[in-house]
Formats: sequence, C-alpha cells, structure tokens
Amino acid sequence: MRIKLVPRQTHSKVMTWMTPVMALVLSLLSGTVMFSLLGYPPLESLYAFFISPISDLYGLSELFIKATPLAIIAVGLAMGFRANVWNIGAEGQFTIGALTGSALVIYFPESDNVLMLPAMLILGVAGGMAWASIPAFLKTRFNTNEILTSLLLVYVAILILSTLVHGPWKDPAGYNFPESVIFQDVATLPIIVPGTRLHFGAIFALLVVATGWVLFSRTLAGFQVRVSGLAPHAARYTGVRSDRMVWYVLLGAGGLAGLAGIIEVAGPIGQVQPLISPGYGFAAIIVAFLGRLHPLGILFASLVLALSYLGGEFVQIKLGLPLGIAGVFQGMLLFFLLSCDVLINYRVEFRRPGTKSSASSA
Amino acid sequence: MRKVLFAAIAALFCVAGSTAVLAEDPLKVGFVYIGPVGDHGWTYQHNEGRLAVEQAFGDKVQTTFVEFVPEGQDAERVIRQLAVDGHNLIFTTSFGYMNPTIKVAKNFPDVRFEHCSGYKRADNVSTYLARFYEGRYVIGRIAGAVTKSNTVGYIASFPIPEVVRGINAFTLGLRSVNPDAKVKVVWVSTWFDPGKEGDAAKALIDQGADILVQHTDSPAPLQVAEERGVHAFGQASDMAAFGPNAHLSAIVNNWGPYYVARTQAVMDGTWESGDVWDGIADDMIVMAEFNPNSLPADVIADAEATVEGIRSGAIHPFAGPIMDQEGNEVVAAGENLSDGDLLGMGYYVMGVDGSIPN
Repeated sequence: MRIKLVPRQTHSKVMTWMTPVMALVLSLLSGTVMFSLLGYPPLESLYAFFISPISDLYGLSELFIKATPLAIIAVGLAMGFRANVWNIGAEGQFTIGALTGSALVIYFPESDNVLMLPAMLILGVAGGMAWASIPAFLKTRFNTNEILTSLLLVYVAILILSTLVHGPWKDPAGYNFPESVIFQDVATLPIIVPGTRLHFGAIFALLVVATGWVLFSRTLAGFQVRVSGLAPHAARYTGVRSDRMVWYVLLGAGGLAGLAGIIEVAGPIGQVQPLISPGYGFAAIIVAFLGRLHPLGILFASLVLALSYLGGEFVQIKLGLPLGIAGVFQGMLLFFLLSCDVLINYRVEFRRPGTKSSASSA
Repeated sequence: MRKVLFAAIAALFCVAGSTAVLAEDPLKVGFVYIGPVGDHGWTYQHNEGRLAVEQAFGDKVQTTFVEFVPEGQDAERVIRQLAVDGHNLIFTTSFGYMNPTIKVAKNFPDVRFEHCSGYKRADNVSTYLARFYEGRYVIGRIAGAVTKSNTVGYIASFPIPEVVRGINAFTLGLRSVNPDAKVKVVWVSTWFDPGKEGDAAKALIDQGADILVQHTDSPAPLQVAEERGVHAFGQASDMAAFGPNAHLSAIVNNWGPYYVARTQAVMDGTWESGDVWDGIADDMIVMAEFNPNSLPADVIADAEATVEGIRSGAIHPFAGPIMDQEGNEVVAAGENLSDGDLLGMGYYVMGVDGSIPN
C-alpha cells in the first residue's frame, strides 16, 4: 500500500477549519508520549502548558501583552509576503522604531506635555518606515534581494541600540549601567485593565488587525497586492507597478514593526535597555504563516504563539520541566499546525500497488 | 441532615489536614536565570548555588528555576508568577531584572527578593554581588609571572563599571610583579557568543598575547588558547576541562553560602533587606586549582599567599599609589580606593592599552 498526496481541485473548506483541530490533537498526543517518556506527569504538564497561563484575568492580560507586538508586526509582514516581497528584517524595523520614538523621552525627560505619547508613536512608525525604505530602495533601484538586505539591517539596528544605550542614552543617575531613564507618565501607554499590565497597545493591535482585514479583502490596493504576488505578469498588464508595490508593502510592514517597537518600550518595558525584543520580528514571520497570511488568522496565531511562550514558563515553574523540553514541545506544536495545512490543498490517497490513481484515470 | 453533618465534619477534617500540611510545607525558593543552566559560566554558577540550598535543607525547601528569561518585558511576568505560586524567596540573577524585581516586589510585600548586581533596594528587596576584582588581582599576579611576551589579551563584554574594574584590578596585579607587562583589550559587546569570543582570542594571540583573560561567559577563548599553545584563565566557573594545559586557574563565583544563609534567614524570620558585596574573605569568590602542570611552584605559592593576603585584609587590590593611563595619581600611597569609587569606575589604570569605548 502506498500513501500519496494528491492536489485538490479547490481548497477544502472543511480542512480549513479542521487542520488546527487535528494539529492540536496531534500535539496533545505526542506531548503526552514525550512527557511520559521523560518521567513528567503528562496531563499536569499539558494543563500547565495550555490552561494554567490563562486561568485568571491576569494571565489573560499577559497573553494579550505578549501577543500584541507579534500581531502588529505579522499583519505588516503578511501584506508583503502576499505580494512576494520577503521582508525578514522586521526585528530591525522594530528596534529602530523603538529608538526614534524613545528619542523624545531621552531629550525631554522632564516634559509633561500630553502630546508626548502621540508624537512618540508617530516617530516610531516613521522610524520603522525609514529603516524599511533602505531595502525598498535597494530592491527597486538595484534589484537587490530584500531578504538579505532587510536581514542584515537587523544587526545594524541592534548595534545602534547597543551604542546608544551604552553611551549617550544612559541614565545619568544609573551608575554607568546600560539603561535609559524610566519613561515619565506622559510617555507611557495607559493601562486599560487596572491591576494588570495590559496597556493601550493591545487596542492598537486590534485596530491593526481590523484595518488590515478591510484593506486586504475590501480595497483595490489589497487586491493589487494579492495579484502581484500570485501573478506578477498579469498584474503588470493591468497597470500595477511592481516597484510601487515593493515600496508600499515594505513601508507598511516597516511602519507597523516600528509601531510595535515603540509600543513595547512605552508599554510594558518603560525604558530603553540593551534588549527590547526577544525576537518578535522573527517570531512574527511564524505568526504570519501560522495565520495563513490573513489578518484574522494572524490574530489567533499570535495568541497561540504567545500562549506557547507563557506555557513554556509555566511548566518550568509548576513542574520543573527544563526549558529545552518546553522548547521541543513548542516546536512540535508549530510543526503540526503548519504541516497539517497541507491538507487544505492536498488530499491523502491510499493505493494498492498496481491500481491506477483516480486522478490519472479520469 | 445527617448528610450535611457528615459533610461538615469531613470539611473540618480537610481543613485540619491542610493546615497540618501547611505547617510542614517546604519553603519555596525561586531563581530567575538569564542564560541556560548549562552555560558553564554565570548561570551555571547561580544554579550551583541553588543546588547548595537543596543540599543544605533537603525537603525543608523546594526550589524552582526559570532559565533563559529575556531582560525585556518577560522578566516581570516570570518574577510575578513565582511570587503568585507561593515562593517566599526569589533570586533574580541578572542586572536587567532590577526594575522588574522592584515593580513586582511592591505588590508582594511578604515575599523576599534578592537581586544580583543592581543598586535599587526596598524593604523586601536586597542586592548582592561578589568582589570579582579580588580574583582578578590574583590572576593578574599569576599572569605577570608567567608571560614571556609581556602582552596579555583581555576579552571584555561591555564597558560597564564592573568590567572596567576587573580590567584595572587585573592590570594592577599584573604590573605589581611585572611592571613592563601591558594589557590589550578587545570589546566583543556580548556576554555569551562563543564565535565572537573565539575570534577575539585569535586576534589577541596574533597581536602577541601569550595569556588570555576573559570577562565573557563561554569557554571558547580557553579552547582557542589550548589549540594555540598559550595560557588562559576561566571565567565564573572552573573551566579546566575545556583546556587542561591552557587553564591556569579561574575565578569561581561561589553563591552557595550566601543563598543558604539567606534561605536560613527567611526560615528563622530574621531576613532583612541589605546590600552585600562579599569577596574572597567570605568565600563568595573562590579560586579554581592553580594548575600544577603549567605553573611553577613559586608562582603557585605567591598566588596562594595573595589569596590569603586578600582574605586577611593585608592586601587590597586597589591600594595606592595608583596612576591612571595619563600618569595622574588617582589614589595616593597609603590609601585604598573606596567602595563608592570602585562601583562607579570609568577609567583605565596605567598599563592598559587603548581607551574605553563610549
């Protein structure tokens, strides 16, 4: 007997909804096996991973905090990926956005102007766009591969952050340690649920998802993005300028990454420090694909990934599981989620040797 | 009615039972680590301290650790969760955890926090750090006696006072036995990056260094030294296994005694907020074995005497006269640099090549 993947004529509607469920079941099963083999109680481990982190209001708020930057960045990236523009450098655009936005606080640490925060957010977006404009320019002018340029600019951005925070941006009262001053109240995003850290950035994330959705499925621009990704030649014949498309999607993604960056420092971190992102820009690439490059899907995907981070901490705290095992489980979860999606466009066929496939006999 | 009565009695027993268990509940001690426990450097040593607590108190304590916690917004969540989960004492072991620790501590006045290397304290937040520079002075004296090229390569992480102080203490030790020797510093802008550290080690050897010192956490420089036939010192933990011939000694961060003492204090109800900066005298700094195969007996004897001198207080690594790079006297003869000046150190002493990046 042979097992073969056969392309479907059209997307399977059923599978679109079924594959996440299948992935979850597969993760639970393989998690049970792995945890038992390693000598940890499987049910408790799974409970600690999936349920404990979000079993109270505070846990839920932390889930949203963790998902906020992922969702904002991933919506921007998905636009680009749909148009076949591969921006891998969101981490750099995030970092520069955080820096341009924070510059206001560093140079006006005493200001209590209420326009501070809006100005910081605008500067953050502008910074991310500016950083993304470098690969856009190189791509449209010299046809440079944006995967490489955007990725390499990540390291430049992190070095700029490091230079500033070890040098001119140090807190003058901070004993030479590499940290900026703590942001004053007017430069900090307001908390929306008292008693938690849930800040206004979460609202931005929802707005970005909603706007992305409308832009994507309801406007001509969104249509052009999709067409230029699916059929670049056809798009050109209909008057879509591919250069302009590259600029749009890179500036869009850069701006959103920059927004996520300034939201992160003006929100839960509250100061500039040597590490402001534990890799959101890269994790957001996973989120974008996990969400099937669709804003709504991305919203769910960002929550799933955020939960897997929180779960990884909880199994360490509750059961003493080493981080490595939590990481393996997180990897399995993502693997199943992404690999099950193959069933949307393909179906599995079981054949006896010798029998012809239904597709070829038809 | 009988059912209700029965239920009430059962409930009573349950409560009684659970309070009995509560009384014998182990003290929960939590640890937050910046790296993996297997880094063989900074985090590895903190984890050794945790194991010392388990060893000392057995089932009277229950320890928990969370590793690889980034210094961004995640730290606050992890620290808070440890507090929520009933940990009575929480050690946060990286500088970047300072503000998150202070924030969480405000909401958990009954939980004790210990932050390593910071300067912000509260009624329930202590700080602690080791006088690593004492060990640096000891290895400086060894290097001064052993170097033939009179050039020592120093792999440094970030130009914070801690690292600058280490470079200076090493240089003072080095030149106290060998006034012609000098120190070349390479800044690698990382605490842990075997590739970068190894490259820096090669570059320094190519520039004539026959001894390597590192203020980064991976054993890579030591491995390079072993390959190239020069000598080196381990960082934070005994790294002899990574370069049996190259390894001359190492400054070992020995957190165990402090962690045990603080846990005991919480059990006794005598814990108080404070600031501890202990060194060789309190065994917070211990020297790894002085390699008998690579060091002459007289050098080992001198190193041991230096350790004892520091322990007794007869030797202060920053005893005057100390000159800065330009030859200005920063500490007069007969005086020692104060702790305050040490904590904010931002200049090189004479004998260090180059300048502090800024």
